[in-house]
Amino acid sequence: MIQDIDIADLKKITELIQSKHGYDFRNYAMSSFKRRMLRLLELKSLTIEALLKKLNDQPGFIDEFLDELTVNVTEMFRDPGFWRSIRDEIIPGILLNHKSFKIWHAGCSSGEEVISMTIVLQELGILNDVQIFATDLDTTILEKAKSASYPIKNMELNEKNYIRYEGKGSLKDYYKEDSGRAIFNKDLLQNVTFRKHDLVKGEVFNKFDLILCRNVMIYFNQTLQNEVLKKFHESMFKYGYLAIGSKESLIWCEVANKFLVVNNEEKIYKKVKD
Amino acid sequence: MDKYNLNNSFKAVVIGGSAGSFQGIVKILSQIPKTFHLPIILCLHRLKHVRNGFVEALSIKSVVQVVEPNDKDQIKKGGVYLAPSNYHMSIELGNYFSMSTEDMINNSRPAIDVTLGTAAYVYRDKLVGILLSGANRDGGLGMKHIKDKGGLTIVQEPTECMIDTMPKAALALTQIDYTMKVDQIVEFLVELDKHYK
Repeated sequence: MIQDIDIADLKKITELIQSKHGYDFRNYAMSSFKRRMLRLLELKSLTIEALLKKLNDQPGFIDEFLDELTVNVTEMFRDPGFWRSIRDEIIPGILLNHKSFKIWHAGCSSGEEVISMTIVLQELGILNDVQIFATDLDTTILEKAKSASYPIKNMELNEKNYIRYEGKGSLKDYYKEDSGRAIFNKDLLQNVTFRKHDLVKGEVFNKFDLILCRNVMIYFNQTLQNEVLKKFHESMFKYGYLAIGSKESLIWCEVANKFLVVNNEEKIYKKVKD
Repeated sequence: MDKYNLNNSFKAVVIGGSAGSFQGIVKILSQIPKTFHLPIILCLHRLKHVRNGFVEALSIKSVVQVVEPNDKDQIKKGGVYLAPSNYHMSIELGNYFSMSTEDMINNSRPAIDVTLGTAAYVYRDKLVGILLSGANRDGGLGMKHIKDKGGLTIVQEPTECMIDTMPKAALALTQIDYTMKVDQIVEFLVELDKHYK
C-alpha cells in the first residue's frame, strides 16, 4: 500500500486529467484530494504510473475515476435544524413573492438532499409548484440519485434525522422496502431534473430562488470557492437564497457584500444586490 | 533547568482524545498560561448529531475561548480549535483548516488520525502530538505519522486513563517520546511556553 503521494505526482495526475478529459482538479483542497487519491490507488490496486496510463489510454476509466474521487457521503435531513429553517423561514419567505419557484441542488451526489427537499415540499403541499434541478459532476452517482433507491441500513440514521426535523409522519411513508433497499416513491421526483454539471467549468444555466450547495465547496481551495460563489450569485434571482454547509462561510469572498446573512447557524444567505 | 530539552521551534500542539479524555482536556485548557503562544488543535470524539454545547462546555474553564473553525479558516497563534461534529478536520499547507465529510475512519468523524496525520505533514518536526484516554485505536496511526516526521509525541499514562486502548495503540505503533499523567502534560506545556517569552 502506498503511504503518501508527492505533490509532484498529484500535479502530474491533475494535469493529465485537465488536458485529456477537461476536468480541472488543480484547485481542489490538498489534504482531502490526496486522501481520495490514496484511497483510489488502494481500491484499484494501482501504482501512480499505472493510474496515469489508465487515465491516458482507457477512455471509459475517467467516469470510474470521478466516481471514486468525489466524496459521496451524505444523509437525508443532515442537520435537522437546517431543514426546519428551510421549512419555517426560507420557503415561506420565497412564497411571499412567488407561487412557484426553482431550486438548484449543486453537487447533489446520491440525492439524499433532493429527497429531503421533496419531502419538505410535499408536506407543505407545494411539491407541484416547485421545479428542482439537481446536478453533479459524477454521472455514476447521478444514476443512483435518479433511482431513488438506498441501502436500508442507511435508513436508521435518515429516520433519526427526520424525527429531529419534526416532519409530519415517518420517513417510511415515502419508501417501500425491497431486497435490502429503500425504494422511494418516484412521484417525489416528478419535478426534478437530474443533469451532469461541472461547478468548476460549467456555465450559468438558469436562475434560481434557492440554491443548496452544502459540504461541496469544502473540497475546493478558496480561489475556486470564490469563483463558484460568483457563479452562484449570477445564477440567483435578487432576494433568492443560498445555503452552504454549517462549517462553510462566505463572508470572505468577493461577492460577500451582495448577500445578507439570514441564518448564521445554518449558513443561509440572501442575495440583496445584483 | 529544562528537563525536556525544549526550544522555540514548535509551531503547534495537537491533542486527540476520546472516552475518558474530557476531564484531562479541561485540566490542560484551564491550567496553561492565558498567553500560551502556540495554537492548540483538538480532535475529540463526540456525538455526531449534537452540534452545539461541546465547545461551550470546554470553553467554560479554558483560559482561552475554544472555537470550532470554519472550512479554510487560518490557524492563529494562541488559538484553541476544536474539530466540529460530523466533519473530519485537516490542516493544510499554508496553515489553515479544511473540513471534509468523507467516510468515517475507525468509526469516527472527526477522526483523530486525520487531524494528527495532516498536522504531521504540515508541521513536520515542529509539532507536539498528545494522545489521551480513549476506547478505540483512532489516533495511533496519527501519532506514528507525527513521530515519523520528527515531531514530539506524548501519550497519557495508561494507568491514569479511564480507558487506555487509545494511548496503548499509539505505544504499539511507534516510539512515543513521553508517557505522562495529565499534570505532567500541563507542566510540559508550561515549560514549552517559556521558550516563547
